Amino acid sequence: MSVDWLIPALLTIVTAATPLVFAAVGEVVVEKAGVLNLGVEGMMIIGAIAAFATAVSTGSEVLAILAGAGAGILLAIIFGVLTVYLQSNQVATGLALTIFGLGLSALIGHSYVGKTFGGLAKLDIPGLSDIPVIGPVLFGHDALVYLSVVSVALVAWVLTRTRCGLLIRAVGENHDAAHSIGYSVTLIRMGAIMFGGAMAGIGGAYLSVAYTPLWVENMTAGRGWIALALVVFASWKPWRAFFGAYLFGGITIIQLYAQGMGVEVSAQFLSMLPYIATILVLVVISRDSARARLDAPACLGKNFHASG
Amino acid sequence: MLVRLEQRPEASKSMVYVSPVIAVVLTVLTAMVMFALLGVDPVKAIETFFVEPVSSLDGLAELLVKATPLVLIGVGLSLGFQANVWNIGAEGQLVIGALAGGGLALAFFDQQSVFLVPAMLVCGILGGMVWAAIPAWLKIRYNTNEILTSLMLTYVGLLVLSYLVHGPWKDPQGMNFPESRLFHDSALLPILIDETRLNVGWLIALFVVVLGWILISRHIIGFQIKVIGQAPMAASFAGFKEKRLIWLTLLISGGCAGLAGVIELSGAIGQIVPSISPGYGFTAIIVAFLGRLHPVGVLFAGLLMALTYLGGDSAQITMNLPNAVTGVFQGMLLFFLLASDVLIKYRVRFGTPKIVKEAAE
Repeated sequence: MSVDWLIPALLTIVTAATPLVFAAVGEVVVEKAGVLNLGVEGMMIIGAIAAFATAVSTGSEVLAILAGAGAGILLAIIFGVLTVYLQSNQVATGLALTIFGLGLSALIGHSYVGKTFGGLAKLDIPGLSDIPVIGPVLFGHDALVYLSVVSVALVAWVLTRTRCGLLIRAVGENHDAAHSIGYSVTLIRMGAIMFGGAMAGIGGAYLSVAYTPLWVENMTAGRGWIALALVVFASWKPWRAFFGAYLFGGITIIQLYAQGMGVEVSAQFLSMLPYIATILVLVVISRDSARARLDAPACLGKNFHASG
Repeated sequence: MLVRLEQRPEASKSMVYVSPVIAVVLTVLTAMVMFALLGVDPVKAIETFFVEPVSSLDGLAELLVKATPLVLIGVGLSLGFQANVWNIGAEGQLVIGALAGGGLALAFFDQQSVFLVPAMLVCGILGGMVWAAIPAWLKIRYNTNEILTSLMLTYVGLLVLSYLVHGPWKDPQGMNFPESRLFHDSALLPILIDETRLNVGWLIALFVVVLGWILISRHIIGFQIKVIGQAPMAASFAGFKEKRLIWLTLLISGGCAGLAGVIELSGAIGQIVPSISPGYGFTAIIVAFLGRLHPVGVLFAGLLMALTYLGGDSAQITMNLPNAVTGVFQGMLLFFLLASDVLIKYRVRFGTPKIVKEAAE
């Protein structure tokens, strides 16, 4: 096997994994705070169109990413107000967010179909990027790839080593206890939900700005749902979510390279791989129900209302 | 605190029915603001959206054609949702059901038989059931989350459809279009009103509404579904078999979705095409909630949501608005519904609570 084949393959894994890393790590924080936001797909797609529209009209990559994050936050706020303040069912509200996000993105994206721009620039670190094999694989990416790694490290650190992380986890494990010692469950949850929205938005932005710099309706193609599955797969641990995302990136490239290597399978069957892999992963991880219950935040999906 | 939510001693029965009305009114008002922002005359837009499509016999017939799959799937989903079984993959079950029934039509393409259509319907139901049985089995055997598995299977189902119309089932004389050949007349559902697409499928949907109503309101299974959803502990003390109800609700909702798929093919489309449904399986989730998870409510909600599809088409044709407006409408409606549902369990109170005042004195 020649190295010529290996480098582009590894690069593809990275680009396929990065949007999943953002979305999954954001959702880890949300779920750690006891909130199940099934609207990741909706927040991603709205982040994708917001970023793409901004990139096309201003030409600024930084503004595009910020727009993606901002759009994700806006949608997350709708979810937060409904579930945290108005006590709506989290499952139903998350679904509504996805339906709304897909519709709104198609409406906004209507006039952007067929447009394109240069795409996110790759960082070029003189010296390092020129090292054979390691250079392009480790140092030849766009800034968002590095940001995704940094954000995983940051989230892992905040969740386990800081007071803020302790509060998030306390609210997720036992909201009544957290409330009774004087912490605002609603504010902490709103903060976590907005962070999740920003991360999903950036993940979506990565798709439309770096992965394929153009706008296609429904271009997230279920990645938000895969990110949700990754959170379960990762047992709510940020680094495991990161590795899970790269595992999925690996599956994506089987899809791309199997045909190149002369395997006689229809494109549709290869496209099924990530979805079937998600199901298999869920089976493996959920098999032990006692274990799954221990890993999950105890108040996940339960609404909190301070009565009396 | 100036505005706060106070828990009602008992859930309000009237609010259960008032809340959807509030949601619809708020959606229409918000939509008018949205249209005004888009630079479109809001009153004319609402008229184009909600009145124009149903101001002719043809339009009314089309409304029922669009409502058929929504009502069928909505009835099935509402049973599961009441038991906290979240089948989100109705779209995939619809597609697989349609393929099972449509495959039969293609296999017996040159045969005339009165049994073909009934056999197709049965195949459609079975196809949808098989696709829903996978998440049911995985949930019971391996404890996997049915939301994620049923949704992943939707993507797989859509790819199976894409494979078949691009490959083995492509019409050999179809100029290489990814479509199957047109079904023979004996594989088509009878039309109810000439010159329209309204077919027997609508009557089947009405029949399913009645069956659903009997099951949920008059049958022990319906009682068990409601108890398991509202008080799982009580249900297990009463000895209700949770696994059996998971199987049952998923198979019923899958069967309904499969039936909707084959009716859409054999009644409205007449051949297998790459996109059989404009998201009926997902919209039916909204239909189920808007219809208060009750078969009769689902009937009305299905008609309303069918109108949003027609409205989207009509807005696209006469006002040149993208028909994605439909999705925005549907999402907004569900948001407003979930928000106003807070009034069922809570009431809005202004001012400081009495207890706090007394304590302060």
